[in-house]
Amino acid sequence: MEQNQFEPRIVGFLCNWCAYTGADLAGVSRMKSAPNLRIIRVMCSGRVDPSFVLRAFQLGADGVLIAGCHPGDCHYQEGNFKALRRVLMLKRILRDFGVDERRLRLEWISASEGEKFARLSLEFTEEIRTLGPLTLETAVEPGLPVEVLA
Amino acid sequence: MSKPTLALYWAASCGGCEVTVLDLEEKILDVAGFFDIVFWPCAMDFKYKDVEALEDGAINLCLFNGAIRTSENEAMARLLRRKSQVLVAFGACATDGSIPGLANLTTRELIFRTAYQESLSTLNLDETRPTPRVAVPEGELEIPEFYESVHTLAQVVPVDYFIPGCPPQPPQILAVISAIMQGAALPPAGSVIGAGEKTCCDECGRKREEKRLKRFYRVWEIEPKPDECLLDQGVVCLGPATRSGCGALCVKANMPCRGCYGPAPNVLEQGLKMVSAISSVIDSSDPAEINSILDQVPDPVGTFYRFSVPNSMLYRKQHPA
Repeated sequence: MEQNQFEPRIVGFLCNWCAYTGADLAGVSRMKSAPNLRIIRVMCSGRVDPSFVLRAFQLGADGVLIAGCHPGDCHYQEGNFKALRRVLMLKRILRDFGVDERRLRLEWISASEGEKFARLSLEFTEEIRTLGPLTLETAVEPGLPVEVLA
Repeated sequence: MSKPTLALYWAASCGGCEVTVLDLEEKILDVAGFFDIVFWPCAMDFKYKDVEALEDGAINLCLFNGAIRTSENEAMARLLRRKSQVLVAFGACATDGSIPGLANLTTRELIFRTAYQESLSTLNLDETRPTPRVAVPEGELEIPEFYESVHTLAQVVPVDYFIPGCPPQPPQILAVISAIMQGAALPPAGSVIGAGEKTCCDECGRKREEKRLKRFYRVWEIEPKPDECLLDQGVVCLGPATRSGCGALCVKANMPCRGCYGPAPNVLEQGLKMVSAISSVIDSSDPAEINSILDQVPDPVGTFYRFSVPNSMLYRKQHPA
């Protein structure tokens, strides 16, 4: 596939209180943001289990964005710090599995930062476009023919 | 009336699963009395052709241990699947890939280079490598092919039940075999049997206070207190992510759980559960400090996925594109 034909698929887990509201602000303000980012609203960035991220990659995402409230602003006091620690650990796991850790990104976006959301969505999309599509070698499901073994 | 038939086989495994069957001690005599053992290469003299000669479905119960690493492992998995009514993935290797599965973090080429080229005791000037077929004056020799990746049994053939553990503990094996011998109703296909339905922590008597940590210790860096949670003391213990069933053997010996009973029920991925567990005990909200604390957990994949790399979502270290 040629680079200019590749449209990255990015899953964005945005927290209800800040980042999602920021994205909403970008929308109602008619700012240009990347349609490559498919947004999933979660109540808190700390709600994002590491398995959500890997499942997204497994199901075809080329990048995953987790966005929450700025440090100190978390609606649940410290969910975003939990997300921070998880992401730093998870990046190490990705690296050891041979997946470029830049495909996972954590950002702080406040409810008033519509412009920041719009800019990040474009930036991240371009970064993933440079990295190219993520094609994972995965084991086949049980009970199916195993071409990978041939 | 003829006796029910039992087969035991080892694929890519260390042999510990065979020993643990023998650890049934005198109860093994009851098993041997109840079943007609038709195949058990580790302990009795059978050949592959004896299995091939059986009718399809002639084996009532097959306990298959070991991962699928070579074409021989795969062929035997397919053969025993065809001949067995009930095929059980026996032990951590057959269930989740386990220790042989850690080879999925490297490549066949690197493994061969280490084993046949670079190890200190090796002198291999011709750079000979194992090849599936070799022509010699007397004809063609054939050895099994060494695959690029390690697979679990269920990634190769349909599996009826899973008995986790490295190795499965004798009381658990006995409970399963006794239930079969007494004609108990079989659980739904795909079930994990011979194990608990909670986490290893549930069987651990240590006191947990959910402390926050500034540093982690490797087992040789600390002598842990015997009655406090190992994770609270900074020792990476996989108990929170691991299925119960072993009786918390390691933690009772003051060693952390390594996770051999596989992911706890309803846990999608054992390693990722540990990512969550470790992340929630770190006492810092500063990225640089968090990273320096995480540096104290070397080889996170090898630690959190010690027994489950092939059965994980990423399944192997991805080859560079």
